[in-house]
Amino acid sequence: MSMTITEKILAAHSGQKTVKPGQLINADIDVIMCHDVTTPAAITMLAEKGMDHVFDTEKIVVTPDHFQPAKDIKSAELHKRLDKWCKKNKIKHYYPVGKAGVCHALLPEQGHIRPGETIVGGDSHTCTYGAFGAFSTGIGSTDLAAAIATGQLWFRVPSTIKFVLNGKLSHGVYSKDVILDIIARIGTDGARYQAMEFTGSTVSQMSMEARMTITNMAIEAGGKNGIMPVDDITKQYLTEHLKHKTEYTIYESDPDADYDRVEEFDCAALEPTVALPHLPSGGKPISEVAGMEMDQSYIGSCTNGRIEDLRIAAAILKGHKVAIRTIVVPATPEIWKQAMDEKLFDIFYDAGCVVSAPTCGACLGGFMGILAAHEKCVSTTNRNFVGRMGHPESGVYLASPATAAASAIEGKLTDPRKYM
Amino acid sequence: MPKAHVYKRDHINTDEIIPARYLNVDAEAELAQHCMEDIDTEFVNKVQPGDFIVAGHDFGCGSSREHAVWAIRGAKVAAVIAGSFARIFYRNAINCGFLVVELPGIEQKIKTGDELEIDAKNGKLINKTQNQTYDFTPLPDFALEIINNGGLLNQLAKK
Ligand code: SF4
Repeated sequence: MSMTITEKILAAHSGQKTVKPGQLINADIDVIMCHDVTTPAAITMLAEKGMDHVFDTEKIVVTPDHFQPAKDIKSAELHKRLDKWCKKNKIKHYYPVGKAGVCHALLPEQGHIRPGETIVGGDSHTCTYGAFGAFSTGIGSTDLAAAIATGQLWFRVPSTIKFVLNGKLSHGVYSKDVILDIIARIGTDGARYQAMEFTGSTVSQMSMEARMTITNMAIEAGGKNGIMPVDDITKQYLTEHLKHKTEYTIYESDPDADYDRVEEFDCAALEPTVALPHLPSGGKPISEVAGMEMDQSYIGSCTNGRIEDLRIAAAILKGHKVAIRTIVVPATPEIWKQAMDEKLFDIFYDAGCVVSAPTCGACLGGFMGILAAHEKCVSTTNRNFVGRMGHPESGVYLASPATAAASAIEGKLTDPRKYM
Repeated sequence: MPKAHVYKRDHINTDEIIPARYLNVDAEAELAQHCMEDIDTEFVNKVQPGDFIVAGHDFGCGSSREHAVWAIRGAKVAAVIAGSFARIFYRNAINCGFLVVELPGIEQKIKTGDELEIDAKNGKLINKTQNQTYDFTPLPDFALEIINNGGLLNQLAKK
């Protein structure tokens, strides 16, 4: 029977020849991502049930990121619980403060993501790793606890929507604009419970960093997972990053696989896009919204806090001064070091930005850049729900690093092509 | 009698149900004090044990934080009845042994203060105030089994 890439991975991990959408399966898990918000609760639950053990010390990857370094006493207690548990259980891949970074940027960079695997994480944006041809999805703390103890989880096999993205992106348009446009078209529940498979010439021209920005936001369309085929660019990235386990299996969708539907996008026609509050589906072309005044610009997060994003922002900011608070957050220590070595920090400093240590921080309204009532922030993050970055009456405008940087210079939503 | 708290809105997300500023704790009782805070600051003062939250489409979208389910459960809400649910919230609820009922358009039919009763096994929601019964597709057996066992971990611990 013909299957999609998602179905093939789930079949292979549940000991079946084929699976069909809707089918309930128990799948073996290859990688479990743990961070400081959802994992401490999972640890406590396991201890309470007398199941305080891990199924495999090498398949669990742990990093505090949301409130790291600890922002207050309560989050310090979360970190302490996480730290104790990692040490007690001899978790091999533990990235404490100093090595810690925003989980979805850190795991691929540190070589924990391989094609063909099943990956779960106690975070909704775990769907990011699908850019590598893996099945990857976000779960809550109870699932996390069950996966940690047993190495298995129940899943309902999702049906797949195929997104065929064709055309060369025009200058100043990025993968962030593509995914914002897709979500604007299908809505925040347009792919609810479903797999989003992204293919086409636009995708194959993108770097892995740019691809991850797309799969990262599958959840913002309600998707269970985002997934992309493996190609030479994927393999090149893996050659450069895999260091723990280097072998992997590549699955491809059969040409006659059954899709729930196929959506085609002409990406050549796209312009920079901004998603207005309070839904990620609020995407508008920059030409319609340019000029709206902002109070803050935020460049970072698991969506757009990678080195490529910082380079794009720096190229625009170079030789300019920002007109509003501008916060730059390299997503991992390695990205931070690279940005420093490339002298991007000099550009940010000269422009009047503040650069922080890697953290989720303000992306989720945690700390380091919280908005006051009625303030507006143009942000390279992925979510602009009510109160996401602070006061319930503040607003978040989702955009690419280029748009966030150009808007920082003018203090209002600005077409980045002006500065390119 | 258990009453309905109706929010005639779609896409009520986890940031509204339990804002991230409270995620530095995971104790249910503490989270419950902020349940629904960014959509209705009065909710925690109004809700009585056994009450229901009624809402539109895509309830619980956004973050995977199970804290959203814990905050609602901690506020002693008996079930959430919504037009539909976001995937992770739905899964978390089942895993926690917390009842969720999917009924498209329900937020237009039920009024805040209506007295409700749920027959989960047979898929019936009874509105005693309006003398109405609404049928819904019961959760699949495996999900009801998890709920009846008091959640996924209790079920695993029993095995
Ligand atoms: S950067 Fe933001 S969206 Fe990404 S994992 Fe952290 S809090 Fe979540």
